[in-house]
Amino acid sequence: MVESGGYVPGPADRLAGTAGEGRMRVTSPDFKSNAAQAMRDGGLQKALARTRPQFPARRAGAVAALPEFEALREEGRRIKDHTLAHLDFYLETFADRVQLAGGRVHWCADAAGARAAVLAICREAGARTVTKGKSMASEEIALNEHLAANGIEPVETDLGEYILQLRHEPPSHIIAPAFHLNREDWEESFRHAHSDLPADRVFAERRDIMAEARSRLRARFLAADVGITGANFLIAETGSSVIVTNEGNGDLTQTLPRVHIVLAGIEKIVPTIEDATALLRLLARSATGQEASVYTTFSTGARRTADPDGPAEYHVVLIDNGRSAMVGTPFQDMLRCIRCAACLNHCPVYATVGGHSYGWVYPGPMGSVLTPALIGIEQARHLPNASTFCGKCESVCPMKIPLPNMMRHWREREFERHLSPVAQRRNLALWAWLARRPALYRAATRAAMAALGLFGRRRGRFRRLPLAGGWTEGRDLPAPEGETFFARYARAQRRGAA
Amino acid sequence: MSREAILGAIRRGLRRSALPEDEAMALRARLDAHPRHLIPARTRQPRAALVAQFIERLEREFATCRRVPELALVPAAVADYLASQNLPPVLVMAPHPVLRALPWSGHPMLQLHEGAAAAGDVVSLQHGFAGIAETGTLMLPGGAARPTTLNLLCETEIVVLAASRIVGPYEEAWDLLRAEETAGGLLPRNVMLVTGPSRSADIESVLELGAHGPRRLHVVLVDDEPAARG
Repeated sequence: MVESGGYVPGPADRLAGTAGEGRMRVTSPDFKSNAAQAMRDGGLQKALARTRPQFPARRAGAVAALPEFEALREEGRRIKDHTLAHLDFYLETFADRVQLAGGRVHWCADAAGARAAVLAICREAGARTVTKGKSMASEEIALNEHLAANGIEPVETDLGEYILQLRHEPPSHIIAPAFHLNREDWEESFRHAHSDLPADRVFAERRDIMAEARSRLRARFLAADVGITGANFLIAETGSSVIVTNEGNGDLTQTLPRVHIVLAGIEKIVPTIEDATALLRLLARSATGQEASVYTTFSTGARRTADPDGPAEYHVVLIDNGRSAMVGTPFQDMLRCIRCAACLNHCPVYATVGGHSYGWVYPGPMGSVLTPALIGIEQARHLPNASTFCGKCESVCPMKIPLPNMMRHWREREFERHLSPVAQRRNLALWAWLARRPALYRAATRAAMAALGLFGRRRGRFRRLPLAGGWTEGRDLPAPEGETFFARYARAQRRGAA
Repeated sequence: MSREAILGAIRRGLRRSALPEDEAMALRARLDAHPRHLIPARTRQPRAALVAQFIERLEREFATCRRVPELALVPAAVADYLASQNLPPVLVMAPHPVLRALPWSGHPMLQLHEGAAAAGDVVSLQHGFAGIAETGTLMLPGGAARPTTLNLLCETEIVVLAASRIVGPYEEAWDLLRAEETAGGLLPRNVMLVTGPSRSADIESVLELGAHGPRRLHVVLVDDEPAARG
């Protein structure tokens, strides 16, 4: 954990220029109403209930099959910490080697700069359509809206992203974007969007839906002028970008068009192939519970003279957008994140409210830490509070990121800046006043526990409780047994000493 | 300029200026040495066990495998496979010397053409650079002799791999690649690590094969190494 007393509000503290129209509108300030709505959404709850147990079980199986997994987590953490401590050096080395391999690196300080860089490359290429592999960086910079507004058609090719584009919805999960949809949603969207196909065709199996997407997208792959992918890793040693997919859409996207653009946050860099290999051993297992994803592909520069295929141009758009301002702060550890989604998949809050409630690109625990850094705590102040602090996220994080700790840091920031509501601040102040007076605190809690214990004895739980309506609306409050922990502990000590 | 602004912000966060030369040299030495990290014990096995592990993991990932005792039997294995899957005997083949030298003339019904794959091609024949037993993965670097599109565009991909090219961990495959395929100090433009046929679980988290890449991946494994036969 990097501790830093002297936090200076940097670019990370203001809105990083990503808000606005389109799919990725920021609704994080409405987290509470988003969550309430999500819990009433029958379709979403059906999808969550079906999927909830699957990811944890698959991950557990993959971890059990690799005895070295825990040791690898520690290595992964070490590799990323080493990289972040020399981030400037490795980024410059990477840029030099991309150039040696015939590619170009575009350094972009913010989302607007990254959008402009991509648009300039597309215009230079005379592009009309652009195929896209799944990229959260693309969501972060709201690229699709920008391309469309400038007359260039973006085509999402990941199966999940494709249907979301048809439905004009943002992804609800960082590796399974259509996590929130049910099969009937797929059928309905496909019938609506592919209206040239026979209306009475039957989708008997899920694979029929997939086959239709495959045949629709094949033509788009072949026609695209530019292909845009994200990157799971950038390798300084070789100037390579790495993508990891199961569908093969990312490979078609980066192989067939004349121009390949890679979008990547600056924290994606690792020094060597061996470093990437160590992290890859963690990534697929933590994400989907696979030992390896189907396609792990290393791209290095532009097509060589003798190559029979591949893009003639290779561009890497390096995106800062608030990341450099996290270096040297209590949030630096978040830059170790490899976007596996294990924290989402194990989070009781995510499993209850789904990804859209969080209101921006990155949902779940990793988003609750990253979003305030990228769009500002003012807009994202609810997110670090959307946690029970159960600690499951940290325990499954392959990079051992102390997520609950960092959410606590954000809560402190929120409090310091007077962003929390008056009632909450007043109650916290009252509690702090009381907690600094141990005798009074014990007397008060003893009285409160005795009262709650007495009133709750019959049912063992409260359906309703004055001042705790927010809690009891969604669930019962278990009744205390009538005694404080202090009292019980003191009695046990006395008994032990006797 | 954004480059200087980003690097400057990182250095302010790290509370230092650009790295002094001696520290930069140490980092360059680390890049040149590219030290290995922890390698799973499952990759340390006798040759025969390693080959068996490669096949087992590859089949677990929904690929198929046929072992043949020598290279000369590859065309017959390819023809058999196509017939068994009711596929047309038409292949787009990697222009690799090993594949070119195979006795295709014994199978006149097989129609072969060389080069990159195009939209209408149904079956591709690729040359495997290495097999990684750790996860049942094929290493397929692109280049003049191994077009990348052969791994992507056809519904069925057949890969010819020599058993002597099966290694334990990923690191050993990268060592082979660094030794044999890094002309001018560059990696091949494209290096694919392929573990089974294309798939997706985006519809209700249920795995379905045949997303955008090949629906079938078949490996013809040539037993060119006595110790690997088992």
